[in-house]
Amino acid sequence: MYCRKVGRPLLGLCGPGRSYSRAAVCRQRALWLRRSQHQALSRHNSTRSPSQSTVDPDEVKRFQSLASKWWDEQGEFAALHAMNDLRVPFIRDNLLNVHRAHHPGKPLAGLRILDVGCGGGLLTEPLGRLGANVLGIDPVENSIGTAQLHASYDPDLRDRVAYQACTLEELSADGAEEQEPVADRFDAVVASEVVEHLADLETFAFCCSHVLKPGGSLFITTINKTNLSYALGIVVAEQLLHIVPSGTHDWEKFISPVDLERLLESHGFSVQCVQGMLYNPVSGGWSWTNSTAINYALHAVKPRDSLQPDRAEESCPHPEDHAAATHS
Amino acid sequence: MRATELWSWTSHSRFARSLSHMNRGLVSAEHGDVYDVIISGGGMVGSAMACSLGMEPNLAGKKILLLEAGNKKVMDRVPEAYSTRVSSISPSSATLLSIGAWEHITEMRCKPYKRMQVWDACSDALITFDKENLQEEMAYIVENDIVVASLTKQLDSMSDNVQVEYRSKVVKYRWPRPHHMAESIPWVQVTLANGKTLQTKLLIGADGPNSMVRRELGIPTVKWNYDQSAVVAVLHLSEPTENNVAWQRFLPTGPIAMLPLSDTESSLVWSTSHQHAEELLELDEESFVDAINSAFWNNENQSELIETAGSLFRGTLSTMMPSAGSPRQLPPSVAGIGPKTRVMFPLGMGHASEYIRHRVALIGDAAHRVHPLAGQGANLGFGDVACLTQLLSQAAFNGKDLGAMQHLLEYETERQRHNLPMMVAIDLMKRLYSTNSVPVVLLRTLGLQATNMLPALKEQIIAFASK
Repeated sequence: MYCRKVGRPLLGLCGPGRSYSRAAVCRQRALWLRRSQHQALSRHNSTRSPSQSTVDPDEVKRFQSLASKWWDEQGEFAALHAMNDLRVPFIRDNLLNVHRAHHPGKPLAGLRILDVGCGGGLLTEPLGRLGANVLGIDPVENSIGTAQLHASYDPDLRDRVAYQACTLEELSADGAEEQEPVADRFDAVVASEVVEHLADLETFAFCCSHVLKPGGSLFITTINKTNLSYALGIVVAEQLLHIVPSGTHDWEKFISPVDLERLLESHGFSVQCVQGMLYNPVSGGWSWTNSTAINYALHAVKPRDSLQPDRAEESCPHPEDHAAATHS
Repeated sequence: MRATELWSWTSHSRFARSLSHMNRGLVSAEHGDVYDVIISGGGMVGSAMACSLGMEPNLAGKKILLLEAGNKKVMDRVPEAYSTRVSSISPSSATLLSIGAWEHITEMRCKPYKRMQVWDACSDALITFDKENLQEEMAYIVENDIVVASLTKQLDSMSDNVQVEYRSKVVKYRWPRPHHMAESIPWVQVTLANGKTLQTKLLIGADGPNSMVRRELGIPTVKWNYDQSAVVAVLHLSEPTENNVAWQRFLPTGPIAMLPLSDTESSLVWSTSHQHAEELLELDEESFVDAINSAFWNNENQSELIETAGSLFRGTLSTMMPSAGSPRQLPPSVAGIGPKTRVMFPLGMGHASEYIRHRVALIGDAAHRVHPLAGQGANLGFGDVACLTQLLSQAAFNGKDLGAMQHLLEYETERQRHNLPMMVAIDLMKRLYSTNSVPVVLLRTLGLQATNMLPALKEQIIAFASK
C-alpha cells in the first residue's frame, strides 16, 4: 500500500534478508512452510526455541531508529494513525456483535485483547480507551518502551494497557508451559499490518489459535498480493515517491485474501468477513471499499469446542455498510 | 481485570524491564488529577456544554469538570420581577437544552413568540417573519438568569458525571507541547487561584468575549467596538395584550427592540450611541417612557422622497404578487418601567480566527461576539455546544484521545462555516441601518420591501437563523 510508511515490525520467523532474488525467496518460503507445517502437526512444545535468531536484525534496527516517531501524527506513521478510523470501528463493532456492551462509555469492557506487533501502541491505546484489557507485544524493545511511556501519562490507560517485548511464539510458548486455563486466554487477537512481514504464517495462525479462547476473534489487516499492490505499494510508494522507505515491503510476503482464508481455515478458523480498504494520499484518510486489491481487513473466529462456529455467515458490520468483498 | 493479572502470564525478567519503563512515566503524571474535559466558564454556553457532555452515553465514565469563577446561581423560586438580560432562544437551541434543562426553563418562566416585525424609521418599509399560520413558535424569550439556573439545577442532578467548582478562578494555563515524546506532561495544566493545579486532556474555553483562554493561546482575533451601547430595561405595557410579537425598529442611531416577556411586560434592548445611552439612563422614568414610545411611533425621520419611492415600489410589487406582503402592525405602547432595571453595556464584534488548538476548543462568545440586533448571540453559542458534543461523542466511541486535532478541526470548520456568514450579515445590517443618507435608505427600503414579498426568501432566513 503506497503510503504506509514503515510497516509493522516483524513477528517471529522472518525470512533471512532481502537481497535474494524472487525465486530464491520463493524456495526459501516453501522450505519454511514445509518445515513449520511439520512442526504444527506434531505437538507444540517449548523446546522450539523461539527467540531472537528468527528475527531479522536489519528490520529490527530500522524500527528501533524510528521508535521515537510513532506518536507524531503528521510524521512517518501518519497513515497508520489515520487507519485507526477504520480498524477501531471494525474491531469494536465485530466484537460488540458477540459480546453485548454492558458499560456505556466502555463498550469493550471485560474483554481481553492481544495486539500483535503493536509498535508504539497506536492501535492498543484506542482499544484500551474503549474499555478492553489489552496486551501489546512487539519484538522491538524501543517501540515497546515508547508505547509504555506514552500510555503511562494517562491514568485511564495505566490500568488497562500493558506491553511486553516478545514475539507471539514466545508468548504462546509461555502459555503452553504453564498450561494456562481457558479463562486466561484472549477474547480477540489483533494483527494489524503485521502479516505481510512474516514468512511463516502457519506458525502465526497456530499461535493465534492457541492463545484465543474458543469463540474468540482474530482481526487481521494486511496487503493483497496483486499486480496493483505491486505497482502502487512497491513501485510508486517506495521507488517513485519515496513515501515508504525502499525495501520496507517484500511483495512476496503479501498474501491474498483467498490464501489467507485458506490458511486460517486449515487451522480451524472460520472467516466471517473480508473488506477492502483504500488510502487517499491527498486527504490522508482511509475508506472502506469493495475491492480488496490493495489493502484489506479480515475477521475470523475460532470455533467453540472444535464444533462448527455458531456465528455462521453473518453480514460484516462496519460503518459504511458496504457489501463484504467475498471469499469465493 | 487488572493489568497485574495479565502480567502474571509472563516471565519475570521481561516483566521487570517493562515495569521500569512504566514507572518513569507514572511519577511525572502523579502531579494533579487528570480530567478528560475541563470547561472554563460557567455562563449559559459553558453550563450547557457541561450538561450536554454529561448526558452523552458515549462519554459516560469520563471525568468532566466545569470551572466557574462566580457563585453558584440557585433559584429556588422564580423572582417576581423580571431581570433585564434576556436572550432569544431558537427552536434548535431549545432542542439542545432539552437535555433536561428546557423542562426547568418552561417550569420557571419563558415566553414564546410567533412573529417578528422589523421596520425602518426612515421609511415605510417593513418586514415580518412568522411561521405558517402562526401555529408554531418562532423562538422563545428567556431571561439569562433563568437559563443559567436551570442548567445549574440539571448539573446538580448529574453530579456523578460532571463536577462543578464554583468560585474557582483560573490564574494560569500551561499548554502542552505538540506530539513529540519529550519528557513533558502532555496535558493542559490549569492553575487555580487557590493554588491547585489540574490537568486535562481537553480544555474548552467558554469564558466570554474577553476570553483568557483565547488570549493566553495568542489566537488572533478580529474585533472592533461598535460605537454603541445597549440600554436594557423591563417595560410595563399600557394594557395587557396577547404579547407574542417581537418588535424591532431601525433608528438612525441604532435599532430599538421590544421583546415579549409576558402579557403585561416586555424587555427593551435599545442600541444607540454611548452618549445617548448615558442620557437615557439619566432620564426620569416618565421621560424615558416617552422616549421609548416616540422611538417606536415617531415618523420624523422619513423624507418625502423616500416615502414616495417606497409606496411606488410597494404598489408595483403588490400588483405582481398580490398575495404577498403583510399588514403593518403597531407595537404596544409603554406605560412604565420596572424599578431599578435600567442598565447599559457596550457593544462590539469579535471573531477568533481559530476556534481550536491542540487540546483546546473555544465556544460561545469566546469564539465569536455579535451585535444583539438579530438575537443570535446565545444561539450561535448553543450551536457550538451541539456540534462539539456530537463530535466528541463520536470520537470517544472510536477510542480516540479527546484532545486530538482531527475532530477539533472538524468542529472548527463546521462552526466557522455557519458562524461567519451570520456574523457578516449582522454586521452588514448594522452598518446598513446606521445611516440617514438618502441613497442608502432608498436601497435598504426597496430591499426590505422586496424581501418582505418573497416568502421563500424569508423562510430561508428563518431557517438559517434557527439552525
